[in-house]
Amino acid sequence: MSSDRLAVRKTYKLYVNGAFPRSESGRTYEVTDPRGHFLANAAWASRKDARDAVVAARGAFGKWSGMTAYNRGQVLYRVAEVMEGRHAQFCDEVATGEGLSGSKARAAVDAAIDRWVWYAGWTDKLAAVLGGANPVAGPYFDFSMPEPTGVVAVLAPQESSLLGLVSVLAPVLATGNTGVVVTSKDRPLPAVTLGEVLATSDVPGGVVNLLTGDAAELGTWLAEHADVDAIDLTGAPAGRAMEFEREAAGTVKRVVRPPATEPDWTADPGLSRMTPFLETKTVWHPMGV
Amino acid sequence: MTSLFEYAPAPESRSIVDIRPSYGLFIDGVFVDGTGEPFKTVNPATEEVLTEVSSGSAADVDRAVAAARRAFTRTWGPMRPADRGKYLFRIARLLQERAREFAVLESLDNGKPIRESRDVDIPLAAAHFFYHAGWADKLDFAGLGPGPRPLGVAGQVIPWNFPMLMLAWKIAPALATGNTVVLKPAETTPLTALLFAEICQQADLPPGVVNIVTGAGETGRAVVEHGDVDKVAFTGSTEVGKSIARAVAGTRKSLTLELGGKAANIVFDDAAIDQAVEGIVQGIFFNQGHVCCAGSRLLVQENVHDEVIASLQRRISTLRVGDPLDKNTDLGAINSHLQLARIRELVDIGDAEGAQRWQPDCVLPEKGFWFKPTVFTQVSPAHRIARDEVFGPVLSVMTFRTPDEAVAKANNTTYGLSAGIWTEKGSRILKIANQLRAGVVWANTFNKFDPTSPFGGYKQSGYGREGGRHGLTGYLKGADRS
Repeated sequence: MSSDRLAVRKTYKLYVNGAFPRSESGRTYEVTDPRGHFLANAAWASRKDARDAVVAARGAFGKWSGMTAYNRGQVLYRVAEVMEGRHAQFCDEVATGEGLSGSKARAAVDAAIDRWVWYAGWTDKLAAVLGGANPVAGPYFDFSMPEPTGVVAVLAPQESSLLGLVSVLAPVLATGNTGVVVTSKDRPLPAVTLGEVLATSDVPGGVVNLLTGDAAELGTWLAEHADVDAIDLTGAPAGRAMEFEREAAGTVKRVVRPPATEPDWTADPGLSRMTPFLETKTVWHPMGV
Repeated sequence: MTSLFEYAPAPESRSIVDIRPSYGLFIDGVFVDGTGEPFKTVNPATEEVLTEVSSGSAADVDRAVAAARRAFTRTWGPMRPADRGKYLFRIARLLQERAREFAVLESLDNGKPIRESRDVDIPLAAAHFFYHAGWADKLDFAGLGPGPRPLGVAGQVIPWNFPMLMLAWKIAPALATGNTVVLKPAETTPLTALLFAEICQQADLPPGVVNIVTGAGETGRAVVEHGDVDKVAFTGSTEVGKSIARAVAGTRKSLTLELGGKAANIVFDDAAIDQAVEGIVQGIFFNQGHVCCAGSRLLVQENVHDEVIASLQRRISTLRVGDPLDKNTDLGAINSHLQLARIRELVDIGDAEGAQRWQPDCVLPEKGFWFKPTVFTQVSPAHRIARDEVFGPVLSVMTFRTPDEAVAKANNTTYGLSAGIWTEKGSRILKIANQLRAGVVWANTFNKFDPTSPFGGYKQSGYGREGGRHGLTGYLKGADRS
């Protein structure tokens, strides 16, 4: 590439219902690197955008949760494949946005891709690990199985813009839920690129909806939204989590409370990010001839 | 209608129970007077005052939590898990030994038929202790991660519909996992919990492991909001459940909620109709319909509607409503004056909204709180009686034509606790069971419970499960809830 060529810059938009709209509000905000240099104008998602995203996520829930677990696993593995193809772009965005060295950014991108692979393998094992037959004291066959909770709102971590984001999003998808994700406010760019990956990875439109903007505003609207079944407050702005949890109580949402400080996202997540978004269904049937 | 068969009364003797003139709170292994205003508990079948019970103030709750904390730190927490299990086995055996006494007391205080307290509530309560006793020294094998640890002190608030069974659902898993408890029974049904305190004494359970603090809503609030409670478990109304979720927001308390329901009981045209009718009756009239998982919305396939309703009315006409202690009784008393008023209000709204009310021609006792088994037909999904939890013997009937319509109507509720399916076609059962957004699905049966079988709701019916391996997760640190 000759050095005098003028680069074609990317417009960073929302990812809602499989498309890349601007915020209906027309609002944008300036994204800079940690030293304050301009990187892009990101869409500043509004309340209406959040509601549109919930409608999209609810609409996609039947198809996504109704797929076979094997099929869902293949789609999530495909996300890892497509991300791998964009490895350099993600490294560049993470390094610039988080102010990381090249090798640290590379490690974060590698770990993010590997996390998709890890969760891809979980889809068809959860029922065996979390479900089973119950030996009731009577002539009945009785079994329990995990099922997705529904539409999950996720306030993604504010610091770790890609590995953190994947670490909270992938478990929501692996368990068959659909998601409305509020990205890191100051570091939203890798999330938008992840949206482009999802759009080309056979993840049905609406299954993941990514909103760039302010979790302080969007968190309230999602916490009180009657068609959101669960909310992950990991990236809630300092001092706001308790208020969001209170609002979530109005519709008996499942709530994942934020840790005191942002966790080490390279650690093994275990089942801890999947079980909060699973319900247990128990079915009884008489045995007899 | 004159009955085809006349029944001679067959009353269970109440001489087996010895109700004291007054009861204190059970704190740190002994009965103490509460500092709140004492209240009376009545027999809802006769309105006779049974006894006076202490009411726990915030200071009493504080003492109870302190006792539970001490026991957690000094005795119950450090105890060998196998020994914790043996205490629970003892409790299970003591409950079995005194089962008749518990059953009679439960029927007196709650109004439920002795047939149910004797055959369902108390045996299941004992079974819950027996089941969880075995878990105490096997938690490492429960697949909940390495070395599961108890949370600490559990504050538990239970309802009046299954007083002793709900106590067992709360206390047995909490103790098996190494926690200690402060339990608040419902205001109208405190007596079996206080008798259970005697069982704890007979079992030589270390003081403070189980504390029973009676009282009304304020006492419950003090338990839930206490700063040294690590876990809150609540069974009751969705409204109160929401306020509890608000109260624990921003704390480190772990919370499980088992709330209301408005279960659909779906009858397809190929169902065994006679069995389905029995299941419908069991689904809505068991325990006077005071059941969070009651099959209160009957969805009948349109082409068998008339046949099912005729058969259902014939069957309901044979139900015997009256003295809870009579072994022939099918429906006992409504638990309280307040609940009766609530049922009447919703039934009046059902009339006003244009649904067709049907009730059998049965005679109700003059004293006490009673309501006839009631069936509303021509109910629309928008009617209050199709949306609100009545928590009484009131069935709302709607129809459907296709399986998709049945599922859509069944799921058209903010609740998601249970559901029923009646069909002879196995593939249909599995498909519909998959599509229903409910925590418990009974196919060709209804209202079955077992300690090995996880119970709990989707959506606004709550979160967390009680029973089975799943029920342990609500009482262990870092255990993955699902």
